[in-house]
Amino acid sequence: MNSSVIVFPGSNCDRDISVALEKMQFQNKMIWHKENTLPKSDLIVIPGGFSYGDYLRSGAIAAKSNILNEVIKAANSGCLILGICNGFQILIETGLLKGALLRNKKLKFISKDVAIKVINTKNKFCNKYKKDQILKLNIAHNEGNYFANPNYIKELEDNDLIAFKYCDENGEVNEISNPNGSINNIAGIFNEKKNILGMMPHPERMVDKIISNEDGVNLFQSLLS
Amino acid sequence: MVKQHQSNLKKNKLKFSVTVTLKKDVLDPQGKVVEQTLQNMGMQTLKNLRQGKYFEIDINENSETKAKEKIEEMCKNLLVNLIIEDFKIFKI
Repeated sequence: MNSSVIVFPGSNCDRDISVALEKMQFQNKMIWHKENTLPKSDLIVIPGGFSYGDYLRSGAIAAKSNILNEVIKAANSGCLILGICNGFQILIETGLLKGALLRNKKLKFISKDVAIKVINTKNKFCNKYKKDQILKLNIAHNEGNYFANPNYIKELEDNDLIAFKYCDENGEVNEISNPNGSINNIAGIFNEKKNILGMMPHPERMVDKIISNEDGVNLFQSLLS
Repeated sequence: MVKQHQSNLKKNKLKFSVTVTLKKDVLDPQGKVVEQTLQNMGMQTLKNLRQGKYFEIDINENSETKAKEKIEEMCKNLLVNLIIEDFKIFKI
């Protein structure tokens, strides 16, 4: 499977995701944001980090870069797109995913491992997970507080477009297990066609037992299947 | 002020400011903390405070209407996230 990782000034999880992808046998290429063309890709990853120093709004400047026009075209023709952390913020700013990511409710940058529940497994990204499986993934963000109007939240819930929710170790989804104030504990969402996934947690940091755990592995295995 | 405005017109340069604030129903935690701090400092008549962003924009246009349209376009396309933010344009 061919993958492309888009790199912006300020991206800092681009190497991590490329290591994860290569470990899973993806044929990966790193693509600088000034490029006007994308190589043939089955998967495009927009990595985490602080593109353009989070100027204006997180992801706002990166969303207007040359390569994003190509990413949008690819997304509209069905290519799989994965946005992690700042990548999720960028996808939101392009409009490929709806809603907004606000500053964390308690105004603090959060960097810790949290429990995440897999809500939807009938898609290209999560089919190797079990429904309601609890994962331990790392989050590291200042603006991860997912917000959308009540109608759109209902649409997400009704159409099964929520990929992951924050929960506690027992799988309880409640206010206590919500690290950043996201509506309904949302940690990741799909677009309507489910070819685009945006998520705040970092699956690429959880692909090696020696340094963390392997809870992120199945996301990549799902893509390969 | 009038003189400056006229000279600006001569150079076809108009100046605007844009303020961007979070919409009413969007939680503004920074504004809330600032509000509470001011209240703790004794500003008891302070009722509500929202924090926002401010931009000053010079634009080379002859017509004020055209310039305003351009500024609005800038707001909608980049400066403002319309899902969570409102904006106001002022001529300065």
